[in-house]
Amino acid sequence: MSRRARLAMFAIAGPGLAVVMLIGMHGMPAFGHYHGVYGLLIDKIEVPERHATDLVTALNFDIRAFDTLGEEFILFASVAGVALLLRKLRHEREARRRRGIEDHSFAGASAGLQVASLYLIPLLIALGCYIVVHGALTPGGGFQGGIVLAAGPLAILLAGRYFAMKRLAPEWMLEASEAIGAAGYALIGVAGLIIAGVYLKNFLPLGTPAMLLSAGMMPINSVAVGLEVTGAFLVVWTEFLDQELFVERDGGDRA
Amino acid sequence: MTGLQLAALILVAITATAVVLTPEALRQALVLGIFGLALTLLFFTFQAPDVALSEIVVSTVGLPLIILLALRKIAEQEHARDREEDE
Repeated sequence: MSRRARLAMFAIAGPGLAVVMLIGMHGMPAFGHYHGVYGLLIDKIEVPERHATDLVTALNFDIRAFDTLGEEFILFASVAGVALLLRKLRHEREARRRRGIEDHSFAGASAGLQVASLYLIPLLIALGCYIVVHGALTPGGGFQGGIVLAAGPLAILLAGRYFAMKRLAPEWMLEASEAIGAAGYALIGVAGLIIAGVYLKNFLPLGTPAMLLSAGMMPINSVAVGLEVTGAFLVVWTEFLDQELFVERDGGDRA
Repeated sequence: MTGLQLAALILVAITATAVVLTPEALRQALVLGIFGLALTLLFFTFQAPDVALSEIVVSTVGLPLIILLALRKIAEQEHARDREEDE
């Protein structure tokens, strides 16, 4: 399509979209005036009935825990898809360790960057664990903490040591972490079915609000999701990086 | 609406436009990270810290890395195809 034809299409479609949006926005409540019933209800019942001080986690891991199960398996399936797409194909072969991979320096990781990355690793892992286990108390939870945890080993790559990263987080461990996390969440649901009679219903004592071990099964769900998300992200990253660093096409002479 | 919220909204509008106007995909991935940071600020000023936390890690660590690696992979394949055509 020529530039002129595209501009002509935009001249029609642009104002059309603007009109539709204006009509759509006309009936909206004023800024900051919430009219939903559901949110207000959750706000009222969540601390007395669930003993969780973070509303979002209470929603994700208890009140609408079944939705989270679905989301978990979306992540699981998409990561499996990436791993399948990036598998070693017949015309590709694992290249010999090319020189420079052990401390491959992509345009040179400076000494400052290396030191900073080493400092980052324990901090990221500690922060990630904190966010995962405090999901029911403060903003955060399994998903957010899981990605922070996954960024920990990644900092080793930033320091230019991919093999060291693979030693700290070998592939079998990542895959196991992802699978255990996904299965763990589903199994907690089954435990709810057996003990409390409803799938994913809380069956643990609720405890004192704002204590670390409170809000029933939420902390356990959060840890399961954290495990899965950490594994999932690291699997995707290492699959891509393996492709980048090891796989070579037959007859490829890429240095 | 407070001034902070207004500033965050404007920042999101600017950075989002910058993402669209960036010509090269490689640079676009980095600008996208900055756009994510602006979105994080927006969520934070609108009192959604949970969403802000997800946004900051996904948009500044997860997404750009995956895009960069995918771009690298595509460039490699195109390189290989060019070579086959040359032969």
